[in-house]
Amino acid sequence: MRSGGFRLGWDKGIILLLVLLIVFGGMSDNLFLSGDNINFIIGDVSEVMLIAFAMALLIIVKEIDLSVASNLTLSSAVIGITWHGTNSMWLAVIAGLLTGSTCGLINGLLVTRLGLSSLAVTIGTLALYRGLCYVLLGDTPVADYPTEWTDLGYQPIPGTFLPWVVVPMVVAGLAFWYVLHGTRLGRWLFAIGQGDEAAVFSGIPLKRVKLSLFVLTGFMCGLAGLAYTIRFASSSPDGALGFELLVIAAVLFGGVAIAGGVGTIWGVVAAVLIWGFSRSYLQLAGWDANALVIVSGLLLLVSVAVPRVLSKIRDAAAHRTSRPSSRGGVTPPPGGEAEPLSPAVAGHDQGSHRG
Amino acid sequence: MTSITKKVMAVAAGAAVIVGLAVAPASATPKAGLKIAIIPKAINNGYFTAWNKGAQKACKEIKATCKYIGPTQATGPAQVAFINQAIQQGYNAIVLSAADQNALAPTLKKAKAKGICVVTSDADVADPKTRTAAVLPASSDRIGAAEVDWIAQEVGSKGKIAILSAAATAANQNAWIEAMKKQLAAKYPNMSLAGVYYGDDDATKSAQQFNQILTEHPDIAGIISPTTVGILAAAQEKKSKGAKVAITGLGLPSQMKDYVLDGTINKFGLWNPIDLGYVGTYGAAECASGNLKQATGAKLKAGGKTYTEGPNGVIYLGDPFTFTKGNIVTFAKIY
Repeated sequence: MRSGGFRLGWDKGIILLLVLLIVFGGMSDNLFLSGDNINFIIGDVSEVMLIAFAMALLIIVKEIDLSVASNLTLSSAVIGITWHGTNSMWLAVIAGLLTGSTCGLINGLLVTRLGLSSLAVTIGTLALYRGLCYVLLGDTPVADYPTEWTDLGYQPIPGTFLPWVVVPMVVAGLAFWYVLHGTRLGRWLFAIGQGDEAAVFSGIPLKRVKLSLFVLTGFMCGLAGLAYTIRFASSSPDGALGFELLVIAAVLFGGVAIAGGVGTIWGVVAAVLIWGFSRSYLQLAGWDANALVIVSGLLLLVSVAVPRVLSKIRDAAAHRTSRPSSRGGVTPPPGGEAEPLSPAVAGHDQGSHRG
Repeated sequence: MTSITKKVMAVAAGAAVIVGLAVAPASATPKAGLKIAIIPKAINNGYFTAWNKGAQKACKEIKATCKYIGPTQATGPAQVAFINQAIQQGYNAIVLSAADQNALAPTLKKAKAKGICVVTSDADVADPKTRTAAVLPASSDRIGAAEVDWIAQEVGSKGKIAILSAAATAANQNAWIEAMKKQLAAKYPNMSLAGVYYGDDDATKSAQQFNQILTEHPDIAGIISPTTVGILAAAQEKKSKGAKVAITGLGLPSQMKDYVLDGTINKFGLWNPIDLGYVGTYGAAECASGNLKQATGAKLKAGGKTYTEGPNGVIYLGDPFTFTKGNIVTFAKIY
């Protein structure tokens, strides 16, 4: 049951925001939507976007992976040493993707087999994987990649203005969208997010699903590591510092509830693009880097605060018009479709300290 | 015989072309009204604020519109967004202190393809083909020689000296130490090198090594520490122990100010970021005006001085800048 005008849903709301940003930006600055600038923006957000797809799924099942940036850099480092060792970029790419997946597997095993909290495990592996980067590369980055490969990092796909990295982004985006919103596995993820126990009772192989999600996240880190290596024509041990926070911020801004059970892929796509487009717009408008940092912080706060405020207003309205017992429209519709619950409402059942 | 004459003539003609290329630009001046982006490793950093001061001074003199833009984090990938901004907004040239030797290469190639002149200043990139010229502090030879000259003035050109370096593997320091040995041998027959000690750029270890030098060589006259951590630790130890040894080397004015004012140290040096920004901006402007190419021997005029490109477009400012009681207070405020 939809209960009033606020049920637009955060995910659709930010798609609208993205459209407004693009239209307004395009009208007020003629460089903003130039093919060249869009090419740059897509490249700029590519690694965050690739990892955010997988992170969204993890957060929906109430897990998290803070080691993604270190995993990205470690994959890039392995690409570097494999390239040096074998002189084959193809072997290097495979080694990089395997590294990412293995790191994800380690996170997943520690969480699902030992029952540890993913927050604690991945804070540990964040440091561990980053440390391994320094062990592998020392203080000498690998930078002698063949030009055929590094040219892919900045030259557009012939006949278009789009960078090559758009190919894995679109393929992964469609795949994640289909899995989350079109398959039984996707429905399982929402069910797990709404309650582990209920999910187990309904026959969902909880641990296997979570383990696969960690491996998948690791694989996406490997893919992002490849993109990063090619875009910057180098593997260096201090790459992608702080990316894990960008990814998590984008996922939350995209409407995935930190308390789990809620989220959409299009929301995540819109959030990542808003981040990239708004940064580029403000930069072209002459804002300095300090202001950009403040703006991205504010965006995140707004993304957490606004759904909460809206749900309070909604609750208040529901109290006035009906019995206090009915929290209108919160029950998921049949089939477990992603009802755009706000994070605040989803978290409501978890303890009074949140209210 | 005719073939030899031909060869000689060909060589002469070739040389004339090269000389022509190198000499002609020096007489020209940069065009007015250029748009130049000044991109530091990171903003909010006193060193780069000083660097930008020099750049802005040059901009004023050549009537260019300059903008100081850069990231808050000193990483190559963070700088890429600002290089892209300069590309999008049609800047004619970029003055860049590269935060990463390699990661900027793809973006710099893009800038080059758009006809934007890039001159690195203060910190260079690995691939010289991705920028026109690099304005760097000083060659290793000059840095090493200058430090020996400073200590020689302190100890009256005679006696034993030691070197308190960073890590034994530090490439910069090792190159300077080689240059110091050459300078000692060439100019100071009455001075000798007692040994090289390594403090690993760690304050505690540097202090221990300083004391080690005094223990092993009680008659030591002077110590050169070609690293900011080492010279600071040496100054602190000298002051607290009341040791009688002259100290010089490379340090940050802001860290060394008190020790210069109280006489613990009389003279030390480092490069001057203001000059780096100033000459870098002239280089970028001359390049955008078509007057500066990457060619060994090409001349660059900036503020009444003429600089000459070495191999790979590298321009050295010359000797490191010397700090004494007379100027330390001013520079301590800058970096």
